[in-house]
Amino acid sequence: MATVETGPGRHPDYYGHITGDKFGKVADAPIGFGHMKRKEDARFIRGLGDYMDDVRLPGMLHGAILRSPYAHARIESIDTSAALAHPKVAAVVIAKDLETLGLAWMPTISYDTQAVLAGDKVRFHLQEVAFVIATDAYAAQDALQLIDVDYDVLPAIVNCRKALDPDAPLIRDDKVGQTDNLASPLWEAGDKANCDRVFAEADVIAKRTILDPRSHPCPMETCGMVADMNPATGQLNIYNGNQAPHAHRTVYAQVAGLPEQNIRILCNDIGGGFGNKVPVYPGYVCAIAGSIVAGAPVKWIEDRSENLASTGFARDYLMYSEMCSKNGKITGLRVDTIADHGAFDSTAQATKFPAGFFHIVTGSYDLQGAHVQVKAVYTNKAPGGVAYRCSFRITEAVYLVERMVDALAMEMNVDPIELRMRSFIRSDQFPYETQTGWVYDSGNYHKAMQLAMEMADYEGLRREQQEKLARGEMMGIGVSFFTEGVGAGPRRHMDILGLAMNDGAELRVHPSGKAVVSLSAQTQGQGHETTFAQIVAEELGISPNEIMVRHGDTDKTPYGLGTYGSRSTPVSGGAVAVVSRKVRDKARQFAALMLETRAEDLAWEKGRWYVRGDPERGATIESIAEYAYSASNLPEGLEGGLDANAVYDPPNLTYPFGAYISVVDVDPGTGKVHMRRIVAVDDCGVRINPMVVEGQIHGGLVEGIGQALMEIISFDEQGNCLNASFMDYLLPTALECPPNGFELGETVTPCPHHPIGAKGVGESPCVGSPPCIANAVVDALYHAKGIKHMDIPCFPARVWAAMNGNAQPPQ
Amino acid sequence: MAMQTPAPCDYSRATSVDDAIAQLQALGGNARLLAGGYSLIPMMKLRLANPGHVIDINPLEPELSYIRQEGNEIRIGALTRHVMMLESDLLSQVFPDIFREAEAVLADPVVRNRGTMGGSLCQSDPAEDLSGVVVALKGKAVLRGTGGSERVVEMDEFHIGPYMTAVQPTEIMTEVRFPIRSGFGGAHEKVERRAGDFAIVAASAALSIEGGVIKEAGLACSAVGPTTMHIKRAEEALVGQAPSEQLFQQAGQIASADVSPNSDGRGPADYKRAVAGVLSQRALSRAAATALRS
Amino acid sequence: MLVSININGQTYSHDVEPRLLLVHFIREYAELHGTHWGCDTSNCGICIVLMDDPHSSQPPYPVKSCTMLAAMAQGYDITTVEGMPKPDGTLDPIQMGFHEMHALQCGFCTPGMMATGRWLIERHPNPTQMTDHEIRDGISGNLCRCTGYDNIIKAIRWAAAYIEEHPESARTAR
Repeated sequence: MATVETGPGRHPDYYGHITGDKFGKVADAPIGFGHMKRKEDARFIRGLGDYMDDVRLPGMLHGAILRSPYAHARIESIDTSAALAHPKVAAVVIAKDLETLGLAWMPTISYDTQAVLAGDKVRFHLQEVAFVIATDAYAAQDALQLIDVDYDVLPAIVNCRKALDPDAPLIRDDKVGQTDNLASPLWEAGDKANCDRVFAEADVIAKRTILDPRSHPCPMETCGMVADMNPATGQLNIYNGNQAPHAHRTVYAQVAGLPEQNIRILCNDIGGGFGNKVPVYPGYVCAIAGSIVAGAPVKWIEDRSENLASTGFARDYLMYSEMCSKNGKITGLRVDTIADHGAFDSTAQATKFPAGFFHIVTGSYDLQGAHVQVKAVYTNKAPGGVAYRCSFRITEAVYLVERMVDALAMEMNVDPIELRMRSFIRSDQFPYETQTGWVYDSGNYHKAMQLAMEMADYEGLRREQQEKLARGEMMGIGVSFFTEGVGAGPRRHMDILGLAMNDGAELRVHPSGKAVVSLSAQTQGQGHETTFAQIVAEELGISPNEIMVRHGDTDKTPYGLGTYGSRSTPVSGGAVAVVSRKVRDKARQFAALMLETRAEDLAWEKGRWYVRGDPERGATIESIAEYAYSASNLPEGLEGGLDANAVYDPPNLTYPFGAYISVVDVDPGTGKVHMRRIVAVDDCGVRINPMVVEGQIHGGLVEGIGQALMEIISFDEQGNCLNASFMDYLLPTALECPPNGFELGETVTPCPHHPIGAKGVGESPCVGSPPCIANAVVDALYHAKGIKHMDIPCFPARVWAAMNGNAQPPQ
Repeated sequence: MAMQTPAPCDYSRATSVDDAIAQLQALGGNARLLAGGYSLIPMMKLRLANPGHVIDINPLEPELSYIRQEGNEIRIGALTRHVMMLESDLLSQVFPDIFREAEAVLADPVVRNRGTMGGSLCQSDPAEDLSGVVVALKGKAVLRGTGGSERVVEMDEFHIGPYMTAVQPTEIMTEVRFPIRSGFGGAHEKVERRAGDFAIVAASAALSIEGGVIKEAGLACSAVGPTTMHIKRAEEALVGQAPSEQLFQQAGQIASADVSPNSDGRGPADYKRAVAGVLSQRALSRAAATALRS
Repeated sequence: MLVSININGQTYSHDVEPRLLLVHFIREYAELHGTHWGCDTSNCGICIVLMDDPHSSQPPYPVKSCTMLAAMAQGYDITTVEGMPKPDGTLDPIQMGFHEMHALQCGFCTPGMMATGRWLIERHPNPTQMTDHEIRDGISGNLCRCTGYDNIIKAIRWAAAYIEEHPESARTAR
């Protein structure tokens, strides 16, 4: 039997002559912002990433979850004896066992509770019922089949409109005082009386019922954890790919009653997050409980069907809306939304915002009045709702407003871009306070829209559309313009579970002049190891190759709320810029000593302090670092070392925006939609690394294609989830994308309150593209057949039904 | 490592066709033949199929993987991989372009490296693309059984129902035979929700045109019935006629009327019925154009 | 049963259950973690490795290792991402291309994607003449959630061009 000499997974490797070295030094790295290849690539292209399923600990056991075949049923009995008798099974945990540990229910981010394992009832299809721990994963799966559960099936609520019917079965009978299926009471924003006046005076009103259906963020790596409770020391090590390690640690401390300082969360590499890895899942709590009970590490990793059917879904907003115009301009918007939260309210929101940031739904327009109301209901479906690059429900808001603008344009018989141009907030109106209380920082909407039109040759496209129509061919042109609010958020405005949404950064420059910056942000592929090094490089003039970015280990990183809602650049990026400037200021003090002058007499150019008027006399950051740690005499008040830390409290959200135009061709015989082009102009303020920004945009645009054309989590009348595998939850392949690639443009409107003028971009393409593509399909239907609305996803059969006047919302 | 995994089973390899049959006989009804594996292994992982024993017949590739002409027939071995049929010059010369078109949209390029003709036909998924081609071309399956017995089965008897074929528990398919005809043109049309997906509806058309008249016609529709639907009434309406768009439209209408689609996640029955007609017309139209060019 | 598989030029022999999937043999027994998995239904392509079939004259081709029993791979040569660099450690052009063109973000689909990309180059009679459509179709069995595919296509083109300029960098096809 032969084994590899150098140890598991490690092959001899040498300096790659073009690509930089195996440890992540990159060729041609700029000292600061700019196009820079990624340092983290070095391990990924060699297959040396360290993902959840790569974690191996001595004596590790494997967990598997038995899940309910019914959407709503009482549990009469659970017989685990046959499973326990399996020779490879170490333990079987059910709700009763968790009750003794106080872990049968756990708190959610929305101040609700969620069953870890179902005890009295199951409340959604594939809900967690039992947890098997075995010596190998195949045996754990075998043992699931040996558990016998006796269910008494109950009627299920699958349609959110029926959830509040008087005869609807009560789903959350576990909650004291809960008498109906209302998950969150009516939440409102905007001045209703004023809005009613605006509508009363309107020339044209468009009315639509628009569904943003349930979909799923679906990262390529599923969720999982290895929990390792050391029975001797009480130290709980948790290996878990999640987007908010510090927040999770606080939650586990509360839930498990363990001292927070004894819990360490290690996130190594994450194979995609997109909001799927923000919540705490029952499987995690089971793994922790299992490790405590079994006295050994326990690994639980879900399979793809579990991921799709039980982890945090996205969207599921049913929105009735009216939009009005006066004198050719959009003046008012009202929206009445039912939010389907599933069986437990586990939406990841800031505390005072049960509908997230949905009230940014007034969009990019200078409205005179607006009113928004949202109520949330329980249904017999999986819990979740805030996920999939949504910026806390901004995807839903932008989807609604951009679909409504096109609807209003149809009613007014005006070109959809023309209506937008007339109605945009003008660049001289910033900072702009919206009807629902947002203060947008900066923007130049007309410029971005104009650029998109030029890149697309919009007029040429409309001419082509007419020519094709005459030949019986269907072509659609879709537009969307979005304004996002990201980078949550200021302490005085928001918190999650009472925790301020601030992020920390620690920067240490070593005696050698190289640095380490530790972040509370958590990358899932966004390139933080490169881009954050570039921020420090820009501020201090040290090469990004010499700056290590540390993240993912709660023992080694400052407290912060993590990466989601596009907050890495606005919040953590702010923290890193601030901490770098603190270091630079400290360096100035040392430089003054070294150059025997006063600090005020020094000026900075990237990488060195020098004497004003005598530029030859200066000190590089490397020499300053060496000095800072040396045994030199320091005056009162100046400590040795060259490091600093900062916690950044953003003064406001940041507001990236963009103009997207798409072109589709629709086969009139089959309803099949072909994605021909997508033009995307994005303004995310200052761009740290254009290559990384463009990569983020490409990825988000494909997610928009997915949502608009093929992604949906649907249910039958019994509440069975119909899309719990990749056979039926369809992600776009390279063939579903525009054949000549995406066409990207940019404008740059710096953020006035951000230390480096950056706004963040991670979610923008996923926010702007679904309505753009949906509008394109409806545009094709409208011009060919006068059809004014269909809901996504635009499967061939659904487009065909719409073409024939039978558009229905999906199940 | 928690993806879904198969139930415990035993594994053996076949050393010859006769050895495979002997193993099937010895193991009773509890054994399944394993070729490319892209149908059987996913079902085993979902625990929808739980054979106690799998017999790996990939070693029979030298014996059973071929595309050749014998007399007036093209014979394709049951272990011929999809990629071979996709790239076969012989098939595109003799049966332009039906094999190439169907193979180009069957599953994905990676699956096509291992999936086989025999595997596809014996899986008998009603939405399967290659079955439509074989039915339209009037292919016949050769089944070998115990004691060296061999029988040739027409496609209409071969596909019995969804995932059900005429292959007996101790038989193995060895090849499929196709009559060569002159003046040939074929085409395969497919609508799917996304590249690589099974068809929502597919249509396979095979025409032989001589002297401006359709001499032979084959039309099959996939995913619109319990098995691949052989649209015989349309074939009868086409033979002896001159090709024309009107004629193909009529044939499409017959296809619409004669299919039996179910409503499911891919689409409702009325959609599938209508599209069966549209795709049949398009496939026939392109098949005719190809035939007239050759 | 005893299963011996040649992976990256090394033979790994282990006593395993017959039902063990090839992806788990690679990850758990050969302890090569570069090959990942992403679904249950053979749709995502995350688990793709290259297989060299002694019966075939094709260059090594991609297979979904989650859809093969380890026992089926006995007697074949498997190449995983760890085996892509040359024996002296020089990266394969496809690996360089992915880095140059920013064709990866989270890295999870990358090993399988590079395997397919490498195969597309090796089997094409004139790789630098591959059309965008040919490449898109060629990778249509590989799902990526992060990159949007555009840069992956550029990376495969980059690798094809690099091999044309540096023929010694290509693997020899059989």
